[in-house]
Amino acid sequence: MKNKIGVYICHCGSNISDYVDVKKLNEITAKIEGVNIAKDTMFACADSTQKEIIDDIKSNELDSIVIASCSPKLHLETFRNVAIRAGLNPYNYVQVNIREQCSWAHSDDKKGATLKALQLVKAGIERVKRSQALEPIEISSRNVVLIVGAGVAGMRSAIELADMGTEVYLIEREYFVGGRTSQWNTLFTTDETGEQVIKRLYKKVISYKSITLFTGAEIVSKSGGIGKFDIKLKIKPRHIKPNCELDWKKFDKAVSVCPIEVEDEFNFGLTKRKAIFMNYKSEFPQIPAIDTENCNRCGECVKICPEIDLDQKDEILNIKVGAILLTTGADPYEPKKDEYGYKTLDNVITLQQLKRLIELNDDKNLSYKGKKIKDVAFIYCVGSRQEEGGNTYCSRYCCTSAIHSAILLKNKYRDIRNYHINRGIRTYGKQELLYKESSENGDIYLQFFEDKIPTVEKSKNGATIKVIDILTTNREIELEADLVVLVTGMVPRKDNTIAGILKVPIGRDKFFNEIHPKLRPVETVIDAVYIAGACQAPRTIRESIDSALSATAKANSLISKGKIDLEPTLAQIDTSTCEWCGKCVDVCPYSAIKKVEKEGKQIAEIIESNCKGCGMCMPVCPSNSIQLIGYTDTEIESMIEALIS
Amino acid sequence: MESPKILVFSTEKISDPAIDLTGLLKKYYPSTVYTIAIPCSSAVKPKWIMHAFEKGFAGVFIAADGTDCPFSEKCTENTGNIVSHTHEFMKEKGIDPARLKMAAICSVCTDPFVKHMKSFLKFLTENKEQKN
Repeated sequence: MKNKIGVYICHCGSNISDYVDVKKLNEITAKIEGVNIAKDTMFACADSTQKEIIDDIKSNELDSIVIASCSPKLHLETFRNVAIRAGLNPYNYVQVNIREQCSWAHSDDKKGATLKALQLVKAGIERVKRSQALEPIEISSRNVVLIVGAGVAGMRSAIELADMGTEVYLIEREYFVGGRTSQWNTLFTTDETGEQVIKRLYKKVISYKSITLFTGAEIVSKSGGIGKFDIKLKIKPRHIKPNCELDWKKFDKAVSVCPIEVEDEFNFGLTKRKAIFMNYKSEFPQIPAIDTENCNRCGECVKICPEIDLDQKDEILNIKVGAILLTTGADPYEPKKDEYGYKTLDNVITLQQLKRLIELNDDKNLSYKGKKIKDVAFIYCVGSRQEEGGNTYCSRYCCTSAIHSAILLKNKYRDIRNYHINRGIRTYGKQELLYKESSENGDIYLQFFEDKIPTVEKSKNGATIKVIDILTTNREIELEADLVVLVTGMVPRKDNTIAGILKVPIGRDKFFNEIHPKLRPVETVIDAVYIAGACQAPRTIRESIDSALSATAKANSLISKGKIDLEPTLAQIDTSTCEWCGKCVDVCPYSAIKKVEKEGKQIAEIIESNCKGCGMCMPVCPSNSIQLIGYTDTEIESMIEALIS
Repeated sequence: MESPKILVFSTEKISDPAIDLTGLLKKYYPSTVYTIAIPCSSAVKPKWIMHAFEKGFAGVFIAADGTDCPFSEKCTENTGNIVSHTHEFMKEKGIDPARLKMAAICSVCTDPFVKHMKSFLKFLTENKEQKN
């Protein structure tokens, strides 16, 4: 038990002392058993106060300190460093929150706030009395990052990491890099095409020796943890002989003889593709691929193109990395059958299909299924902002993308008329310029509420849309359209196997979940596993790259020093009382507990490298044999007693 | 009459930031509400809750992570099980199970937190008056 405790009570200017009687609190605290020094201070975090605390610790040989000030979320590390500089173990320091959870929360009740502050300080003292001197767990780390997903976010991050001296494995599940961006034509605000952006990033990626790119690659399994992950990759064959000079004329002929036709995902099902394919000629890597899942191995292509090798097999590769960054992207929302006539009416498509349709059409006429298009009706928020069930969130990018597409249509085909049937336009920031341009182009905006959604019915020439327009005093407006475009947002990837393998938490919206949206926006609870881009939430290209760069900096700063200090918050098993029952193993989300035999007895053992210190194993133990360091029964129960005293 | 004391088990990454934010926004709740922050709501031991009742807390509130839990998607289920087991222990000791409550408090759930605290305190006060 610690018995030479220093207690510092902060006024925080007047943020605390206006509502808590700090002087009185200090007088009472000084008399508590075990307290050696009690001081009140104007700003505990000020450099001068930090120096004073360090001097006090040294001159009075304090064995622990309590600082009653703001939330530990702000200054825990500040005061841990104070302890270290004074030669005190940083885990013999406890911070008590008497600002956010006391003076501010009870500024309507000064007497109550002072009483509460006293109980909180007492609880902090009881906790620090029982604190253990702990050492962070130091582990070595590999200065290597695995980036999963070679879209814009993944490639941009790879380049930055390589520039900072970190080795990168960049893996892409598809045969070609670029992700969703490669599917888009002209982009707002630069007017570059997705293809151009991807080309620029790819050329840069392959110029680095420290970046190894695998396409057709997926994680099969993961072991180890922060700083030292062992990853098993499966790499699908392209069925093209390595390092060969491909004759493109022969390739084109091989494509034409391939008897397999499948729906082309790149064009969102607007076209068909063969089993041997490239989505577009300038796609990267500049090597075609044979889609193993659909190829019937007839061998017709091999007869024409000897560079094709149908005998190639999956390759398994083991790599060792220090951190992992997920930039796996998102899928577009697929409307349900008959949702606004989708897949039941001929002329209803999604926004993503429209973007490909613009690319696939010539410059003279826009046509779909052989019919010339003149009137286009965009219906917004399809599959987004749903009150119940489905997706309650707003994908944010879709308003901008729809309006941008409408402008592209108007610029390419002058006689197009656009109707935007929306629930309120959210072209935030600079994107508002697009809304202005579209309005100036003569686009017509109609607005509806979610409880009175538009209807789409087949008509003689296309579709009839009826909408109760709140902008014209709730009148029902009926319009004819040649093409109905459902403005759909983003949803998490259909195949999210990787979340299971890496144990990455999923949020209520089913996207990957960060630790804290504001304070730790690219970190997950799995140490050294970061998330960025649209796998975390719907994002624009720019926002995806912003978050990728943030995750890049976090990953590099963690692993580049070659060693990592970890919080010593781990579960501990009392081997004398543990009678193996397996309940702790059942609730542990991280496979951090195993059964071992010691002295002829079966007991549980913590795998420290896997334990995340969540404590879920503790309450299920029937013999109360599990304690969490920093949250032991004696610490918690002594705090409870102090709070009620 | 002294106001009943409530012990809140909050979670360091989700519900405790919400309680901090509540204070920051000066949204008032009773000053007899005390918080102990732990890593995850699924880590609260029934033993701790029973200790709180034994020592004089009128109510215990678990400010759970719910579906936002960064550790496990089964957090709600696990915390629910802890509450159910503790309710059994409370019944055995003659303690009204309604004195233990649990609700998901997300990192920005300031209004729900205040509402829960006020209604819980009201319930505990009325309960105390009836007994008196």
